[in-house]
Amino acid sequence: MKKIEAIIRHFKLEEVKEALTKINVVGMTVTECKGFGRQKGHKEQYRGAEYTVDFLPKTKLEVVVTDGQVQAAIDAIVAGARTGKIGDGKIFVSNLENVVRIRTGESGESAV
Amino acid sequence: MTRRWLLGLSVGLVCALLAGASWAQEEKAAQPVETPAAVVAEPTTLPVAPATPAAATPPAAHLAGAYDTGSTAWLMVSAALVFFMMPGLALFYGGMCRAKNVLNMFMCVMVCVPIVCVEWVAYGYSMAFAVPSAITSDAGQDDQGVAKPPLSYLGWDPGLVLFKSFSQVTPVDGPSSFGKTVTSGDTTAAISTGVPELLFAMFQMMFAIITPALIVGAIAERVKFNAWCLFVLLWATVVYNPVCHWVWNVNGWLFQKGVLDFAGGTVVHVLAGVSALALILILPKRRGYPGGQFLPHSIGWTLLGAGMLMVGWFGFNAGSAVAIGKDYLPVAGATAVMAFAATAIAGSAAAGSWMVAEWLHSGKPTSLGVGSGMVAGLVVITPCAGHVSPGSALFIGLIGGIVCFFAVLAKQKIKYDDSLDVVGVHGVGGALGALLVGIFAVRPVMGGFDQFSLQVQGLLATGVYAFVCTIIIGTLIHKTIGFTVDEQTEDEGLDLAEHGEAAYRLT
Repeated sequence: MKKIEAIIRHFKLEEVKEALTKINVVGMTVTECKGFGRQKGHKEQYRGAEYTVDFLPKTKLEVVVTDGQVQAAIDAIVAGARTGKIGDGKIFVSNLENVVRIRTGESGESAV
Repeated sequence: MTRRWLLGLSVGLVCALLAGASWAQEEKAAQPVETPAAVVAEPTTLPVAPATPAAATPPAAHLAGAYDTGSTAWLMVSAALVFFMMPGLALFYGGMCRAKNVLNMFMCVMVCVPIVCVEWVAYGYSMAFAVPSAITSDAGQDDQGVAKPPLSYLGWDPGLVLFKSFSQVTPVDGPSSFGKTVTSGDTTAAISTGVPELLFAMFQMMFAIITPALIVGAIAERVKFNAWCLFVLLWATVVYNPVCHWVWNVNGWLFQKGVLDFAGGTVVHVLAGVSALALILILPKRRGYPGGQFLPHSIGWTLLGAGMLMVGWFGFNAGSAVAIGKDYLPVAGATAVMAFAATAIAGSAAAGSWMVAEWLHSGKPTSLGVGSGMVAGLVVITPCAGHVSPGSALFIGLIGGIVCFFAVLAKQKIKYDDSLDVVGVHGVGGALGALLVGIFAVRPVMGGFDQFSLQVQGLLATGVYAFVCTIIIGTLIHKTIGFTVDEQTEDEGLDLAEHGEAAYRLT
């Protein structure tokens, strides 16, 4: 099992969700977050005073998939989230030790 | 904690003493009128007592001759509209704070309602609008050799303390039952406006309430709440009441000289702006200013507040037609309409001119700029409203938006931490309006060089007085109980530390 965390543009969430649903990823967790990478921050102005805001609003998506689904899920996220401009985000993939479904107590791949 | 309890206790004690003393006196004074009141209140005697004074003199006809009902109705609505500016101001300021300080901002604005209301009823109205003056000087003679009325510096009338003069309501008293029908502080009723004095006192109370509240924007996000409460009480007493007397009481020395201030450019906005400047100079900046991220947390609230302020301002300015004098009656008449139009025109024009100035200067038109410009235009037109023509109002508004925009920009150059730009908007805007009325006035006098120099005198006198007094009051508070919060409180946010509340919760 793998956990995929993807930092994406907030307005791309819908498309990513559609793409993942198509390849039978049945659940996901979404968090509104802030951060920066190569895109850096942006400028805001209030009453003529300019502020550099470093942390940009982004959306963090977490999905857990079986080993066989990993590549398809990554492709789906890339397809849904890409604009081609700087600031599209990143995908992090890591090994997952265990998953437990709280309602039934099932664990492992059957709980994904 | 102990200090806070002590503060609360002492304020409560003073109020109780004041109230007790006045009730004791009131009881004696009220005795003669008790008999007819008791007769009316007794239901069983009502049908069998056709010879009561009420029946002998129909009160409706009697009152109709004395009160101008239209003006009275309009002034009551205006007073309520001015009160509506309080939540408007709370939203306007609250939105510009960071999310951790928004409730403190609300509290600092709204706490002026109870503090100043009690102060105004207890002794504030007497200080500001009583005719038997406490301090006067001789004004000399006019061209015909007739002695001018003395110049008054402070009012005091024990009858107005705790509104005692307004306590008698009997049908036979008719027009004087809520005090006389007055022109601005003329409690001898030499000139009748047809509006009961109690209503005039209430209308003026709303002005007294909002003025100190304007100041807090300058020291937002760092002011200690108990110190602020104490400051409001002292400032209202020492600064607002005397200056209000000078400018708006018909015997006040600036009023006698002929200084014009239609609805409070000097009394409200210059006083608040200058006092804000004084506090900024003696109090520490917010930690991390300049350079830190002091971003407004909810511009939408600020814009909502600005809109509410403009609605309230129609009462603030058009209601102030009560004070222009006997040649321009009724109160709810042509002058009120002029003031209403000037308010609408200048506020709208300034919203646009600030937006354009910012667009050209900084590259983008901002919504905060439009909201700020609107308030700036309303501030500038306040002293002018009923004195100028609608065309002048348009010009004054356009100028006001641009001048205040650059005044706010100047803050960043000199690095003062005026948190929400009270000096730039209210101080500069109020002063600008107070000067412009000297040029553009068409009633009751024509503007020109003489009037302009009078306005300068009025501005200097009130500005210097407010500045010096605020420095003294502010320093006293800062050296004793401390005017600003400690570093930890400022970092964590004033909402939690000062009030034990949080404005926003996710679930």
